[in-house]
Amino acid sequence: MPRRGVLVQAPYRRMTDVQVEQVHHASMELLSDPGVLCFNREAADIFQAGGAEVAPVPGSDSGCWLLKIPEALVLNGVDSAPKTVKLGARNEDNSLIMAGDEPRVYLVSGSETNFWLETAFETYVKKSDPGTERQVPEFEVRRGTVADLCRAARLCEQLDTLDAFIRCVNIQDRDVTEDNKDVNKYFASLNNTTKHVMAGLTTLGQLDNLVRMAEIIAGGKEQLRENPIISFITCLVKSPLQFVDDTTQTMIELCRRGLPTVVSCAPQGGTTAPIREDGIVVQINAEILAGIALSQLVNPGAPVLYGAVPVRARMDNLHDSYGAPESSQYNIDCIQMARFYKIPCYSTSGVSDPKAPGLQASIERMLSNAVTMMSGPQYLHCAFGLLEKNLTFSPLQAVLDDAHFQMIKFFLRPPRLSEAELAESLSQIRQVMGTPQKLYIHHIRRLLRSGQLSPPYPFESEGLEDNVLALASQRMEELLSRPVEHIDEATTKRIFQEIPGILPRLNIYREGGKDGV
Amino acid sequence: MSEDIIAAIKENVIQGRATSEDEGLMGDMAGQPAVAELTEAALKKHIDVQTIIKEGLTGAMQVVGDKFSSKEFFIPDMLASAEAVTRAMDILRPYLEKSGVEPKGKFVIATVKGDLHDIGKNIVAILLRGSGYEVTDLGTNVPEEKIVEVVKESQPDFVGLSALLTTTMDGMRDVIESLKKSGLRDKVKVLVGGAALSEEFADEIGADAYCLDGFQALDVIAEFKGGA
Repeated sequence: MPRRGVLVQAPYRRMTDVQVEQVHHASMELLSDPGVLCFNREAADIFQAGGAEVAPVPGSDSGCWLLKIPEALVLNGVDSAPKTVKLGARNEDNSLIMAGDEPRVYLVSGSETNFWLETAFETYVKKSDPGTERQVPEFEVRRGTVADLCRAARLCEQLDTLDAFIRCVNIQDRDVTEDNKDVNKYFASLNNTTKHVMAGLTTLGQLDNLVRMAEIIAGGKEQLRENPIISFITCLVKSPLQFVDDTTQTMIELCRRGLPTVVSCAPQGGTTAPIREDGIVVQINAEILAGIALSQLVNPGAPVLYGAVPVRARMDNLHDSYGAPESSQYNIDCIQMARFYKIPCYSTSGVSDPKAPGLQASIERMLSNAVTMMSGPQYLHCAFGLLEKNLTFSPLQAVLDDAHFQMIKFFLRPPRLSEAELAESLSQIRQVMGTPQKLYIHHIRRLLRSGQLSPPYPFESEGLEDNVLALASQRMEELLSRPVEHIDEATTKRIFQEIPGILPRLNIYREGGKDGV
Repeated sequence: MSEDIIAAIKENVIQGRATSEDEGLMGDMAGQPAVAELTEAALKKHIDVQTIIKEGLTGAMQVVGDKFSSKEFFIPDMLASAEAVTRAMDILRPYLEKSGVEPKGKFVIATVKGDLHDIGKNIVAILLRGSGYEVTDLGTNVPEEKIVEVVKESQPDFVGLSALLTTTMDGMRDVIESLKKSGLRDKVKVLVGGAALSEEFADEIGADAYCLDGFQALDVIAEFKGGA
């Protein structure tokens, strides 16, 4: 049984059906005029063979071609892309089945942050009243390590609302190199969570080793195909409208191997895309469709996700502003476009602008998480723990997000309005009206322990102090202390024998090893 | 045998089951004898009324209170248990005098003049009854003359006054002044409560205690009784 996610009833839409069609046609226009710049020779050849008009860009020494992609080629790609994509998991009960026309939302961590935010609580004494002490959170930012990634995966394994794990920490240990980074980040993640693991590739060099490792864990080549425990994110189209050489090559190779891949585009409204909603949505839609068209030319039927990461620029520093309401507007429009094509959608919410957990972070992410989730994307990424424009992962924030998502998931439950339930409610009202106290409290009891009533916010303070972060921190420590279901010893031994480059300290079965760090 | 019935009464008070129709905590006990039926059965078996009250009802409410304090139980659970105890006390009432059991105390409760809100007052009344107090509930929008009259007649140990609104809470001051004028103020403890109130307001109008909720009211009363 796959994970259930949240099936959204009557998804929220910003655009009318007519506007969706308008965006589609405008995107088609863009793909032929001005077309897409392509810095990857093989992709240019594939497009040319597929019917696109391809011409070298004059004056480009490094190899750049202008692709004019006809609508028919794009629509063939959309037709050929699977409408249902499965992302498997080490524990198959954690698999995700995503149908492009079904607004069933799965919540996922992400993306690759450079920094890890550690939180500690120090005791401060009030100057004017030395008898009064307060626990105050102090934050330390440091570069992420493979140990942090293991810890993040262990935490995410325990968060109830989190359905899959995107490696959220860029591992920057001294012994992690470009050549061994991919096997280490995937192994560290897979060894600490039984949920699906997704990441981007650093280089193509270790792709086959990576696939081999996944096959060993899944039980074989065919088993990996049936239960793809890993998947990939590729940002092959740089905004505006440019196929990048290396990531496009990565996409081609991933599609050849038939592994699930996100065609991800991340235009920034105001700098690399129009800031107005219509403009950025038309452009990102064209960019994603160009990527999907390429994937299907390489390998018809290759499983892909429509990957939308549009964001508005801040006007004070031109950084990404995921907290801006416009970023959510852009994302919701993209979700509608993906549903129009019936291709499962990888969408973005929850990243917030501040550097640390707190009021601003909660406000910004609650808005974007709620509204984006209401529109029913299949795979909602960036939702857990990301702060500071996607630069920082805070495990404490991930725990807070889990509580936010408990509330949003509860809110999105469908209304209970059957004939039988209405009759029961009428009977209850009549019964209570006949009592002297006219209270319904007695009737609550049967619901109290049935899961039909939302629980109170789990980090509520009793007095005037705000102890949310301290209470969430206690919860985080409790979650991290739980046992981890690691890859078994025999499989681990095979992986270390057959896959080069994995750091010996990640072998928990080595002498003195513990918890994958 | 009598131990079995007392244990069953205790368990059913904890389950908040007044009658056999009640479903209990997990919703799966409808049809089984509950506090009312078990209390009748206990009387038929000539089990001592004091034993029923002390070991069955009061002992159970102690457990329920502990579970509420530890957040295992919620207010609806407490109220259901209190209602179950009230139901048992209604059945036991004719036998109380004979067995020498006195109520824990007499309590008159009312929402003051001009105020129609009674959720809090009703909850306090249920809790007090469930804890063994004899409660006279005068309802809502009760003028001070009526309260004074009832205090004079029934001579309660406590008067509880409730108000939700800042515009009506001054009615509590009127009640206390009227009790003073009638020479009754020293004969009762006056407890006040309601969303608009505060400890300071209670002090200002000369109330004996401010109670944040029904549970605090129980604690306050216990303190007064202990100190009496």
